[in-house]
Amino acid sequence: MPHSPAAKPLELLVPTIVVEVMPKAVLLDPQGKAVTGALHRLGKEHISEVRIGKRFELTVDEVTPELLEEARILGEEIFANLVIEDVVSVTAL
Amino acid sequence: MRIGVVTFPGSLDDRDAQRAVRLAGGEAVALWHGDHSLDGVDAIVLPGGFSYGDYLRCGAIAAHSPIMSEIIDAANAGMPVLGICNGFQILVEAHLLPGGLVRNDHGDFICRDQKLRVENTSTAWSSGFQTGQEITIPLKNGEGGFIADQETINRLEGEGQVAFRYLEVNPNGSMNDIAGISNAAGNVVGLMPHPEHATEEGFGPDTTLAMRSGTDGLTFFTSVIQSSLLARA
Repeated sequence: MPHSPAAKPLELLVPTIVVEVMPKAVLLDPQGKAVTGALHRLGKEHISEVRIGKRFELTVDEVTPELLEEARILGEEIFANLVIEDVVSVTAL
Repeated sequence: MRIGVVTFPGSLDDRDAQRAVRLAGGEAVALWHGDHSLDGVDAIVLPGGFSYGDYLRCGAIAAHSPIMSEIIDAANAGMPVLGICNGFQILVEAHLLPGGLVRNDHGDFICRDQKLRVENTSTAWSSGFQTGQEITIPLKNGEGGFIADQETINRLEGEGQVAFRYLEVNPNGSMNDIAGISNAAGNVVGLMPHPEHATEEGFGPDTTLAMRSGTDGLTFFTSVIQSSLLARA
């Protein structure tokens, strides 16, 4: 019977930087508006608004302050278009 | 005149744009997004479609394609560049034009023959029109709402960089009914409607004279050819 390697322990998750981007508050968020409408049709009128953004998970060898800064710059230059979106957070997972 | 048409993964209207160039009397040169060569062309068209499946944002990934570094340098040196629909989205994502394009305010994809007013005839791609001329060309987009901050809008309006404006119907919620803009020098133009689909009788929008006989889009391409001939003369 072949020997199977031990499962990787959960605490050894790969180092990850998370960048979150949201549409600017002044702009219409059509996805969020559609979901808000669906919730209201389900009787969830107490949830007045849903807004939908994007989450980017960057896998790296090790999270360093330099890489966090690089992720922030990538967020502002590529992941988000600052004309229509904001980078709301850059964090280590 | 040799006019390059760039094909990105997901471009749809590159063949139509090449055809429009030929109908206008130019030589169409197919360019590939992954190359770093402009093949010696005199002008460039970024065609419509859904480059990279509109992933991330419309035009965002294409704006970082290998060929875009050469196109950005050429545009800044004065080469005429026209971005149509997804090409317009690529130009704003590449920061060759200001503002951004967001989902249509009504939430639906829209396809219609759209009436426009030509606001500026001093750009490389509109010089063959009369100022204030009303034209009709097809429009088809889901994310065509032009937006910019108020300072940018004021500058575009004040400097005459609004090249084309929607007439009668604002089809996507664009600010100030803006359909197309140019950069300050007038060599880079982007618009959401599709001039390349109105360049040959039998295949264009309906006119009062005959069905599908509209060829108003041809003037975009004859303009750039004519202005390059004048520049050489």
